[in-house]
Amino acid sequence: MPVIDLANPTRFLALVNRVLPWLIAATVVLLAIGLYRAVNAPDDYQQGATVKIMYLHVPAAWLGMMGWGIMNVAALGTLVWRHPLADVTGKATAPIGAAFTFVCLVTGSLWGRPTWGTYWVWDARLTSELVLLLLYLGVLSLYWTAEDPGRGARAAAILSLVGAVNLPIIKFSVDWWNTLHQGESIFRAGGSTIDPSILWPLLIMALAFTCLFFALLLAAMRNEILRRRVRAMRLMQAQSLAEATS
Amino acid sequence: MSAVTALLERDMRVAIRAGGGALMGALFFLIVVTMVPFAIGPDLRLLARIGPAILWLGALLASLLALDRLFATDYDDGSLDLLMTGNMPLELTVTIKAIAHWLTTGLPLVVVAPVLGLLLNIELRAMGAVALTLLAGTPALTFVGLIGAALSVALRRGGLLLAVLVLPLTVPVLIFGVSAANAAIVDGAPFGPAFTILCALSLFAVVLGPIAAAAALRYGLE
Amino acid sequence: MYLRAENLGCQRAGREIFAGLNFAVGGGEALLVTGRNGAGKSSLLRLIAGLVRQSAGRLELEGGETDTPIGEQAHYLGHLDAVKPSLTVAENLRFWIEFLGGGRPAAAALEAVGLAPLADLPAVYLSAGQKRRLSIARLVAVARPLWLLDEPTSALDAASQRRLAELMRTHLAGGGLIVAATHGAIGLERARELKLGPP
Repeated sequence: MPVIDLANPTRFLALVNRVLPWLIAATVVLLAIGLYRAVNAPDDYQQGATVKIMYLHVPAAWLGMMGWGIMNVAALGTLVWRHPLADVTGKATAPIGAAFTFVCLVTGSLWGRPTWGTYWVWDARLTSELVLLLLYLGVLSLYWTAEDPGRGARAAAILSLVGAVNLPIIKFSVDWWNTLHQGESIFRAGGSTIDPSILWPLLIMALAFTCLFFALLLAAMRNEILRRRVRAMRLMQAQSLAEATS
Repeated sequence: MSAVTALLERDMRVAIRAGGGALMGALFFLIVVTMVPFAIGPDLRLLARIGPAILWLGALLASLLALDRLFATDYDDGSLDLLMTGNMPLELTVTIKAIAHWLTTGLPLVVVAPVLGLLLNIELRAMGAVALTLLAGTPALTFVGLIGAALSVALRRGGLLLAVLVLPLTVPVLIFGVSAANAAIVDGAPFGPAFTILCALSLFAVVLGPIAAAAALRYGLE
Repeated sequence: MYLRAENLGCQRAGREIFAGLNFAVGGGEALLVTGRNGAGKSSLLRLIAGLVRQSAGRLELEGGETDTPIGEQAHYLGHLDAVKPSLTVAENLRFWIEFLGGGRPAAAALEAVGLAPLADLPAVYLSAGQKRRLSIARLVAVARPLWLLDEPTSALDAASQRRLAELMRTHLAGGGLIVAATHGAIGLERARELKLGPP
């Protein structure tokens, strides 16, 4: 009984091996530029240098949500087209998106202490971000507990699509409810309200984080493909033994 | 008797006859609510203040534990295979099962809640509002829980996995349920908006839950 | 009516269970599916019933209702009996009759499998063989052209096996189709065989 391999994984692996070094280089360069600009950006007149946590906090938040978006696209690939590479993408994205969301929550908490006087407050923006982390953990638990990777991927795909309703809630929570968290300053109708000297380092850091995200994603996908190869080989080993002794 | 009523009747019969049925959920609710004053202390004013929240949490946990049974027993005895190949669309089948589940688990909680409110020193006027919010919100808990139950039966991992999957999705229901219940206790706070959103969440869950649950069963059990 | 499969393939959990399967079963005919454990007999039946996704090929029930899935025109008798222990024998059967779209009254079907005296007994008291017979009663009560039977004689004693063979013959005589997975003979004389396994 032959074992199915991933659809053209060899081509994908070759692609990863070529692209990954460049992506890592771009990440390092952008991080260097971004951090330099961030450190030299003007202090906030109220918060002082503490405001610079923003350069980590905001991109982490964006990427946490982008991670969920990528998982949703992968979910469609899994459920509609049944592409095994979609399974791998979803499984690889989940921990990375969860990590960025976690970084967002932790940096936000550290920022909140000197600024608001508290490590945590249960307002709409923070709560929905925490719920995002819990949803990530739910998806991860589906991947971890499934013995059959295909079933786990399909279950995680459905949960990630259901959880997508949380993303607009996070985005608009600061508008809909009175919250302690700052209101929208960048992605709003009428253009951004942030001064360029602060906006540019922020965007560079965001770009750097994005490159980091995709570098981690490609590496994780490569690992997952190799893991599945090992699993397939073990299945074949058990199979051939069963046929030899039957 | 049509297929819909047959399924509803069967699920309710099985729920009531097997394992104590409606009584177990209400009993668990009682025990959880009783635990809280032991943990917090008998400060009556404090209990009255957080009473609605405790009732809601108790209802949430009681619903959660009963969800495990929803698909697992049918999966174990082979009924799920036949339910999936019946004449009824799978979305309708799971909806009927969810309704039966709510009638045998959620509704008893709503009925028992006023009695438990006495234990928590909630005043009478607020008690009615709390029961009303539970009535409007427990369907949301059941129908959202449906999704988690369908996902976890496909993976044969029950209990804990189900809770991890379902609880984050029930956060909005909890927030607005308690918010509406609290609004009834504090004079001048608007009960209407929170309650309306709670009803909307339930309606949303009644539509989304079966679709996602049916997909989870199909994709998960193939 | 013909159940026709061309180049049928099935993959589950990353393994290819079978591929390139071709067979045809006509009205009044029975097909016995044989093979080692793990060869894919149960998967084939579940695939026809629509519970397992087919990965390749075509499967058609010619002469059946065109817009209805094959699974809704078939009875699937799997390893498990779909019997609820807290309901009585009659309640169990009546539910399935109602759910699957009606048919003969439950009493007549219970009579056909020899369970009529136990109609009001809670199903928890039934033996394995009796639960199997209750499951078979479902096939008798609701008329569907295709019967998919997975090891139907397991847990049945000799008398019950003879009764089942009689029921199958009646079904075939009425133009029905049977696809049965089995290790041994199930009492149908003129059945063709489909052997699954490595080439």
